[in-house]
Amino acid sequence: MMQDSLIDYTLHLADNSLIMGHRLSEWTGHGPILEQDIAISNIALDLIGQSRNFYQYAAQLKGGVTEDDLAYLRDATEFKNMLLAELPNGDWAKTILKLFFFSTYQYYLYQKLIGSTDTQLSAIAEKSLKEVTYHLRWSSEWVIRLGDGTEESKKRIEKALEELWDYTGEMFLPSEYESECAKNKIGVDLGFLKEDWMNKVIQIFAEATLPSPKGEPVPTLREGQGVRLNGKEGKHTEHLQEILNDMQYLQRTYPGCEW
Amino acid sequence: MSVQELETIFDNKLEREIRIEPKDWMPDNYRKNLIRMISQHAHSEIVGMLPEGNWITRAPSLRRKATLLAKVQDEAGHGLYLYAAAETMGISREEMIDQLLTGKAKYSSIFNYPTLTWADIGAIGWLVDGAAIMNQVPLCRTSYGPYARAMIRVCKEESFHQRQGFEILLTLCRGSKEQKDMAQDALNRWWWPSLMMFGPNDDNSPHTAQSMKWKIKRFTNDELRQKFVDICTEQAKVLGLAIPDKDLKWNEEKMHYDFGEINWEEFNNVVNGNGPCNKERMAARIKAHEEGAWVREAALAYSEKKKQRQTPTAA
Ligand SMILES: [Fe+2]
Ligand SMILES: [Fe+2]
Ligand SMILES: [Fe+2]
Repeated sequence: MMQDSLIDYTLHLADNSLIMGHRLSEWTGHGPILEQDIAISNIALDLIGQSRNFYQYAAQLKGGVTEDDLAYLRDATEFKNMLLAELPNGDWAKTILKLFFFSTYQYYLYQKLIGSTDTQLSAIAEKSLKEVTYHLRWSSEWVIRLGDGTEESKKRIEKALEELWDYTGEMFLPSEYESECAKNKIGVDLGFLKEDWMNKVIQIFAEATLPSPKGEPVPTLREGQGVRLNGKEGKHTEHLQEILNDMQYLQRTYPGCEW
Repeated sequence: MSVQELETIFDNKLEREIRIEPKDWMPDNYRKNLIRMISQHAHSEIVGMLPEGNWITRAPSLRRKATLLAKVQDEAGHGLYLYAAAETMGISREEMIDQLLTGKAKYSSIFNYPTLTWADIGAIGWLVDGAAIMNQVPLCRTSYGPYARAMIRVCKEESFHQRQGFEILLTLCRGSKEQKDMAQDALNRWWWPSLMMFGPNDDNSPHTAQSMKWKIKRFTNDELRQKFVDICTEQAKVLGLAIPDKDLKWNEEKMHYDFGEINWEEFNNVVNGNGPCNKERMAARIKAHEEGAWVREAALAYSEKKKQRQTPTAA
C-alpha cells in the first residue's frame, strides 16, 4: 500500500515537471527577446531533467520499466500532473504567471521534501531546489516587469490571473497518495505550503503594483461536464491529451524501438 | 594620419596575423563585408532553430528531448554571440533583425528545407552542423578579433551537435527496417542541400577572393566542400547508408572523392526565396517579433521607471 503511494507520489512529481517543461519548450525559437528565449528554454530543460530523476526513481521502484516507458507509454488518465501545468501557454503574460505560480509551489515543496525520510526523494529535491530558486526569481521579475510595465502588459497579466487563479487550488488539495506519503514523512504536508505560497504571491503582486488575488487559492476544482477535474487523480483537461499526442507519437507508432 | 598610412598599418597587421580589433582603423569594405557575413551567420543560427525546434515536443525519448532542446538553445546562444560580434562594427541588433525580417539580409538556405521525420534531426546534426563546423573552424583564425573569438565558442558546441546527430542516425541504422529507411530517406533529402551550404563554386563566388586576401576566409568554398564530401563519405559507410550521388567515386590520383554536379538552379531558387519553407520560416520569425513587441515595450517601460525611481529628484 505504502509502496504504491510512493510510486504514485514520485510519478506525480515527475509528471508535474515533465508537462510543465514540455509546455515551456514550446517557446523555444519563438520567444519575444533572444535572451528570454534562452532563459525559458533553460528552465524547460531544468524541468525535464528533474522529471527524468523522478521517473528513473519511479522505474526503479516499479521494476521492469524504464523512464521512457513511464513518460511515453502511459495514457492521459494515468498522468498525475496538476492541471496548471498542462494548460496552453497563451501569451507571454500567461506563461509567466503560470510559471510563477508553479515555481513558487515547487520552491516551497522541495524545501520541505529535502526533509523526506526517503533519501532518493530528498536528494532529488535538494538538487532541484537550486534550479527552482532561479525559476522563481526569473518568473517573479517578469511578473513585476509586466505588472509595472505598460498599460497593455498590466492588462494582460491581469487577464492571465483571471484565467489561472481557478487552477491554483489544486496545488493544496492533497490526493490520497500525497496524504499517505505525508503521513509517513516521505512526502510533504500540503497544508504547510499554502501560507508560504500565498505570502509570496501577495508580496510579488504588491511589487508588481497588481491587486492581490481575491481570497485564497480557489479550493474548489473546475467542474467540467459533470466530471470533477483533478489532474493529480488523472482527471485532466483535453489539453493533456493534445500534449501526449505529440510527445508519445513516435513511441506509439513504432513500438519497442530504440531511439 | 593619411588613409594610405592607415591602410599600410592595417595590411601590416594582416600580414603578421595580428587580429583587427573594433577600435582599429579598417577599410570600409572590410567592415561592410564582415557585417554582412557575421549578421548572415547570426540570422542563420536563429532561423535554424525553427526546423529542429519543430521536433522538441515529439522527440522519442526523454534523453533525446533534453539534448535536442539543449541543442536548439545553443543555437540561440550562437546567434547572441554573433549579433554581439557584429555590433562591435557599429550596427545594432535591431537594425540587423529588421534587415532579416524585411528580407534584406540573407540566412543559410539550408533552413528552408522541412524536417519531415525524426531522422531529419539526426541528418541535420550530422550534415548541417557538420558543414557548419567545416566552414567555421577556419573562422576561428579569421582576422577580425570579435568574430574569431565568437567562433571558438561556437565551434566547440557545434562539434557536440554533430556527434549527437550522427549518434541519432547510428541508432536508427541499427534499429528496425522502418528506422533505417527513415535514416536513408533523411540522407537523401539533406545531402545535396548540405553541399550547397559551402556556397557557389569558386569561379562563381564574388566575395571569395577579397575575403581570402583580407584573411576573413582561409579556404575557398570548393576546398571546404571537398573536405566535407571526403569525410562524410567515410562516415556514411559506418552508418551503412548510401549517399545519393551516382558520380561519387574515389579518385586515386587526387586522393579525394569525385562527386556529381550540384543543382545550382535549385540553389538559386532557394536563395531567392522560393525554397520549400522560406515563407514559413520568415512568417514564424515575424510572428515571434510582432507578438513580442508588447513584451519588449513593457520591459523597457519598467526599466525606465526603475531608473527614474533610483535617481533622486533635485529639490
Ligand atoms: Fe550554431
Ligand atoms: Fe553556425
Ligand atoms: Fe549547431
